[in-house]
Formats: sequence, C-alpha cells, structure tokens
Amino acid sequence: MSAAAEERNARAPWALTAPALMLFVGVLLIPLAMTVMLSFHDWGQYKGIEPVFILKNWHEIATDPYYAEMFWRTFRIAILTTLLTAVLGAPEAYILNRMSGGWKSFFLLIILGPLLISVVARTLGWALLFGGNNGLVNKLLMSLGVIRSPIPFMFTETGMVVALAHVMMPFMVLSVWAALQRLDPQIENAATSLGAGPATIIRRIIMPQIMPGVLSGAIIVFSLSASAFATPAIIGGRRLKVAATLAYDEFLNTLNWPLGAAVATLLLVALVLIVVGSNALIERRYAEVFR
Amino acid sequence: MAYLELDRVAKQFGAQTVVDDFSLSVRKGEFISFLGPSGCGKTTTLQMIAGFLDPTRGAIRLEGKDLTAIHPAKRGLGIVFQSYALFPHMTVAENVAFGLEMRKVSRAEKAERVRAALAMVGLAGYEDRHPRRMSGGQQQRVALARALVIKPSVLLLDEPLSNLDAKLREEMQIELRQIQRTIGTTTILVTHDQNEAMSLSDRIVVMSQGRIEQIGTPQETYEKPSSAFVSQFLGKTNDFAAAIDRTVTPARLTAGSWSAPAPAGLSGPVTVSIRPERIGFGDAGLSAKIVTRIFQGNHWLFQCESECGPAIVIRQNDGKAQPAEGEAVRLAWRPEDMSVRARGVA
Repeated sequence: MSAAAEERNARAPWALTAPALMLFVGVLLIPLAMTVMLSFHDWGQYKGIEPVFILKNWHEIATDPYYAEMFWRTFRIAILTTLLTAVLGAPEAYILNRMSGGWKSFFLLIILGPLLISVVARTLGWALLFGGNNGLVNKLLMSLGVIRSPIPFMFTETGMVVALAHVMMPFMVLSVWAALQRLDPQIENAATSLGAGPATIIRRIIMPQIMPGVLSGAIIVFSLSASAFATPAIIGGRRLKVAATLAYDEFLNTLNWPLGAAVATLLLVALVLIVVGSNALIERRYAEVFR
Repeated sequence: MAYLELDRVAKQFGAQTVVDDFSLSVRKGEFISFLGPSGCGKTTTLQMIAGFLDPTRGAIRLEGKDLTAIHPAKRGLGIVFQSYALFPHMTVAENVAFGLEMRKVSRAEKAERVRAALAMVGLAGYEDRHPRRMSGGQQQRVALARALVIKPSVLLLDEPLSNLDAKLREEMQIELRQIQRTIGTTTILVTHDQNEAMSLSDRIVVMSQGRIEQIGTPQETYEKPSSAFVSQFLGKTNDFAAAIDRTVTPARLTAGSWSAPAPAGLSGPVTVSIRPERIGFGDAGLSAKIVTRIFQGNHWLFQCESECGPAIVIRQNDGKAQPAEGEAVRLAWRPEDMSVRARGVA
C-alpha cells in the first residue's frame, strides 16, 4: 500500500464520524460549556447578566442552606424512587419471566405501555388520583383499612416518589429482564436437584445473578429521577422544589440565569460522579457474572 | 430385585403423548442409556425421574419407595445437565459444595468431600476458579463433581457430552465410565449418539416416538435388533427383501441368488438385515457391482448395487487385495449373522 493510500485510510474514520461528531459538539458540548461559563457570570436585578468571572453563584449555593436542602431532597427522592422500583420491579420481572407465552406478552405490554404515553399526561393522571384528601388513592386505602386518615400526596415527597416510581418502573423491569435472559434455563432445576428449596434458590442462585441487572437499572432510575423535571413540577409544584425545578425557576421566573446555570451544573457533575462511580464499583464486584 | 423401577410410565402434554407405556427395571450399579432421536421422549423420561415433570400415568419406584411422591429437592439424585447449569457467581469449590451445604454437612467434612470430588474428576487445584473462566470440558467435570459429591442414589446425565468436540467427548466417555465403575453409582444417560450409548452402558433402552423399541446390552441391540428402527439407528445396516418357501423340504430362505435353510417360524415375504461388516465377497451369493470404494484406514467401505437394491460392505484392511470399483462380485454372509423380520413390520 502506498503512503498516500495509507494516509487516506487513517483519515477515513475521522471523515466518516465527522457529521455525528459535529452534531455532538454543536448541540451538546458547546451549550454545556456555555452553561458552565454562565455559572461564573454576575447577575443583578437591574443590570442583568454581566459577563465577568466571579464565584458569587457558587459561593451562594455552597453557603445558603436553602440549596443544600434542595439537593438533599432531590437525592433523597431519587434514592427512595430507586429503592421502590427495585423492590417492586425485580420480582415483577422474575414473575413475568416465568409466565407462559401469551400472558407474558400481555403483561410486558402493560409494564412498557406507560413509556408510550407522555410523562406529563401520566403525572397529571397521578395528580387526579392523589387529588387532595378525597383522591381516589386515599379513598381506596381507607376503605381497605390500610390507613385511617388520608395521606397527603400532592406537594409531598411521598407523592413524588410514588409518581416517579411509576414513571421509572419500565427501566428497572427491562434491565432485570435482560439479566434474567442470561440465566441458564436449567439453573433452578440444578439447584433443586442439589436439595435447595424455592426461597434458597431465589436468595442464593437467582438474586446474585440478576443483581447486576438490578444495579444497572438502579443507576438509570436514579439518574433519571434526580434530574426529572415534569413529575416534580406537577406533583411538587412551587411548594416542593427539587434541583431541576429550582434551576428552571431561576432561569424563567427569577431570570437569574447564572445562578440557575450553577444549580444545573452542580446537578450534572454530582450525577456524573455518582453514576460513573457506582458503575465502576458494580463492574468490579460482579466481574464474574458480567462475563 | 430392581433398584430403580419405572412401571408403565406415560407423559402427556395436552393431547400429545410424549412418553407411553415405559417400563424399565434398573439394577443397582447399572449404567443405562436412553438412546433415540430428538423428540423420542428420552429427556422427558429423565425429567420425570428427576421430578421436574410429573408422569401422567404409571409409577416410578426407588428401592420400592414411590419416587413421585417425593419433592425433587428431596430425591437425592445427582443430575448433570446438557448446559451444565453451573452457578456462574460461585467458584468451583462453592459450586461443588452447594449440595453439601443444603444437607448441612459439617465444615470439615464438606471441605474434604469437595476436595475428593474435584480430585476424582481431575480438577484438583481449580477450587477458586469461576466456571465461566473454564473450558467446556472443565465445566463438564465441575458439573459431574457437583452431582457426585452428594453421593446420589442415581446419577442422571442429560446429554452431558453433546457440547464437547469429538476428541474431548471420547476422552470424557472413557473417564465417565471409569468413574462410574469406581464408585458404582447407578447411572442413567440420555443420548442421541449411538456410539456413546454403546461404549458407556451396560444396557441400552432404544426409544422412538415415546415408546421403548428395545432394551438390551449394547451387543444385543446391535446384533439382534428387534425392529427395523433399532437396526437402522444403531449403526449402518443392509435390508434385503427375501422370501421363505415352505413348500420345499427343508424350507428355504431366498434373497436374490443367495439362499439358505429357512429359520423356524416365519413364512412368505420377509426382510433380512445384515450388518455391513458381516458381508463378505465370495464365489456364490447375491450378485452385485461395486459402485464406490472408499479407503478409511483400518477398513474399506464398499457401496454396491446388488440385485436386491443398494448394499454397503465393510471389509477389514487386512492387507489382502480388495475388489475394484465397477467389478462384479457375489455377496455372501452366514445365516446366523442376519436377522429376519416379516415384511411390512417395521
């Protein structure tokens, strides 16, 4: 091969990926960089945004307990949502996987169905169900004798977690489902033949093998819940803000773009650190199962 | 007395009968193979013994006790699966120890038995490996050790060697036989490979379409096949149309220009089958022409066109001159080497 041809070949991958790369840089990296820059700018009620480099916004976020509370709430809701989806979603996927043909497709459709409907529509549905003390959910729980007095769902973390868990459930179920597909179909029979009962099989054989699925589902659910906007905006409204709704308010209501940018940047950095960190941890811990 | 007994066992899935009228009595320490093409019901029968399926009819007894009444986890059988079904999140030692753990065996005894089981299958020193980091043959050995360490009353092998390459399969066959002879565990092997069944088992149960075709030693099933299915499934065979004439005394059996005194019993049109290695080239007999001649090292394989249809002949490569392609020959065999069936009876 001539030197020129070799050079052309070396350039080919760059040339071929250039359009996608340019799109990536243009619509993701540049706006992201601009947001980070923005977070260092100054802002005043009357002077607007001033393109200077100051740490005022970051200092405010670091010192004002209002922001700390906001971020803790965000992550608390994300963690509870993740736990709820894992506790409900993993058994759901396992049961689903054991169903026979027709039922399996039917229930899979029911679980994945919500993905086809807009998040806003789904959350408004929950708002109707929660609807104050006379909401359907409260009436049902009271008539079943589960609770005595109505639980406040609207504008509370409980309501937000319930609604988010519903929205996020398909991601957890699909992730666990994928892990279950990797299971040897005879593995439960093998454990049975060695004398293990159903509970032991689930605890010692199935759980450890689907754990990577549960954890990768958890990462997806956690990061989507922590940065969710529509559900917290509708259930929590202005009264119960989370990081995403806070950033939105700073941008569009207070018009303090630099502060909003700082909140958004902090949320992004925190999420990236958490996701990358836990992913590395999971891959190391479950190296044998992932192979 | 029978150790493991299957009494007219049948299994139906809906309207479809997968196993029917399966009766077998296994002696303690015996090595039995269920041999048949896929879909013949051999794995279903094994799963009924294991307890993963319940028989629709019939009884399965182990030492006189009804096995179907016992939960599969309590049957104490060792099973090796086709896919091995090892626990990928556990080390080799943990895999093997699992059955002992379920039996609450003490720590010291457990360690000793795991070590002995791994040594027996030639995997000493592999205790801390994970199954997915091992070759197919090694995983196979782990599965065998895991099934044997619990000292099972019966060892069930579900096509255990079918995922291995030919050379490894042969090695594992020899090893499996040796291990089974040493520890004397009653073993049932499910296979579709006739060579495997013949080289491993004391008796073979040949199955077809959910029914038993023949039960016998490898030699019996090969040399005295009770049906056309058995003779064709176990190695190559030649079927010739023949006739028995009882109007002459003594009665004679004639196939083309080959003829011999007729065996007692049958008369009229019959089918004779002869193994290719039992046919020789002679001066008298079935006239035939050699179509192809294939050299296979220790033997020659001849494909002939005889007056009774195509025929295969295998001759040992004993250094003597062999007929060439296109040559006209006479095929002859000893009457005791053929089996005779009434025509039309499969």
